[in-house]
Amino acid sequence: MADFTGKSILLVDDDVDLLTGLVFQLKRLGFDTVTAETQRDGERLIDETTPDIAVFDLMLEHLDAGFTLCHRMKRKHPGTPVILLTGVTAETGLEFDTVTADERSWVKADAMLAKPIRFEQLQREIERLL
Amino acid sequence: MSDTETLRILIVDDEAALRRGMERVLRDFVVSLPGDDAGQARFEIAHAASAEEALQAIDQQPPDILLLDYKLPGLSGLDMLERIAAAGRPILTVLISAYATLETAVAAAKRGAFDVLAKPVRPEELTATIEKVARHLIYQRQALSLAEERKRVRYQFVSILAHELKAPLGAVAGYLDILKDRESAIGSGMYDQIIERSLARIDGMKKLINDMLDLTRIESGQRKRKVEAIDLYDVADTCVEVAKVDAGERGLAVSLTPDRGPIPLLADRSELEIIFNNLLSNAVKYNREGGSVEVSIVPNGQQITIRVADTGIGMAPEEAASVFNDFTRAKNEKTRHIPGSGLGLSILKRIVALYDGDVSVESQPDIGTTFTVHLKRSVTPEPARA
Repeated sequence: MADFTGKSILLVDDDVDLLTGLVFQLKRLGFDTVTAETQRDGERLIDETTPDIAVFDLMLEHLDAGFTLCHRMKRKHPGTPVILLTGVTAETGLEFDTVTADERSWVKADAMLAKPIRFEQLQREIERLL
Repeated sequence: MSDTETLRILIVDDEAALRRGMERVLRDFVVSLPGDDAGQARFEIAHAASAEEALQAIDQQPPDILLLDYKLPGLSGLDMLERIAAAGRPILTVLISAYATLETAVAAAKRGAFDVLAKPVRPEELTATIEKVARHLIYQRQALSLAEERKRVRYQFVSILAHELKAPLGAVAGYLDILKDRESAIGSGMYDQIIERSLARIDGMKKLINDMLDLTRIESGQRKRKVEAIDLYDVADTCVEVAKVDAGERGLAVSLTPDRGPIPLLADRSELEIIFNNLLSNAVKYNREGGSVEVSIVPNGQQITIRVADTGIGMAPEEAASVFNDFTRAKNEKTRHIPGSGLGLSILKRIVALYDGDVSVESQPDIGTTFTVHLKRSVTPEPARA
């Protein structure tokens, strides 16, 4: 099993159960976890902490909260990898991907995973990015 | 949509004087459109002296209406109708013929003409025909845009529903992932939490699916209604007693005014129960410890007013404004841990509509929320229509 002892991860998702599950699994990999359930708390943690990697949900109290968090993260910690979790995009009207360079340039995430995610998927992305 | 639609008319006639005459009649002609979306149609007019010229004009800027002379030099009016039909253009054509025989009319109709006018065309005949054509066109467009809007709304509904169903699946799958690994050595506290939360999320899904079915059943008119003489007080009292169980756990006082019935009403009892249960469960869920819920029923002639007021967390004006929309729940710090499908008030709104009624909300953050429902008292038993 990969060992991330001493690394810290910032998680922002409004689904408290998903968060609980992820925190449990990430701790087993050795991560220190910092979590928030709202965009506002997420922004505060971006300013106050220096995580090694961050995972944001796209839809929080605003439809596009995840984009904002990604931008803020990249401005504050340009080198820190960011993973964005997305739900269905139809209801937000936001259709996007990170396949083309143009799309990557405005979505400030290093990877995107479509919800519902399985932990192995997330772990794979984390191992790739760290 | 009470605005002016401009419809383009192309007049095709080889006689310049006739073209000018028709233009004069139609230039300032206005058709008023009756109905809910009362608006008006005006006309923008172009000319062509031959079929060839007309086809070119149609290619450049397709008209909505074509006033077509039957007898043209070169290509005839009927030939032209065929070409337009073959190109699949949505143009309504009125054929104008000096020999307006039954045969001409039949031939024209076969080729897709909307109407046939006999030459010489009197101004009032022309305007009456154009009025008919314009109305037809606009109703056709409105029906089309309504159908498209319905499709869009249904797509959006299904997308959000999918999202709302995926969220609990993701949460439960996450918990199962933990249990799958027998070596994860979770403590019994975590084990209990995983089971309890997984079941809670599954219950939430069940509620969402049931609400969704209720909603579509009401909307499609498939729900069987049983309208009969009932005592509204008795319905309210029963629902209040049920709500008192959850309310009691949170130290909430629930009151009902008046304190005795009967309040006769012709209604479907189960529908009224849905109204009360919905409003009561919201008033309890979004309340604060030790708060209160006040239910009042005020009969007033042909109308009955039901009011449910709570002393809860309240809503910001923008949240209150969208609270009757499908899947819309006030989403903030205070409501995050309160479960709900986001469909309860959508269902309520549709039921209230069955009674020619309306529902409104007044709310102040941290002070409370009051829902007011007006119902028409005499309701004729008829199948559900949303």
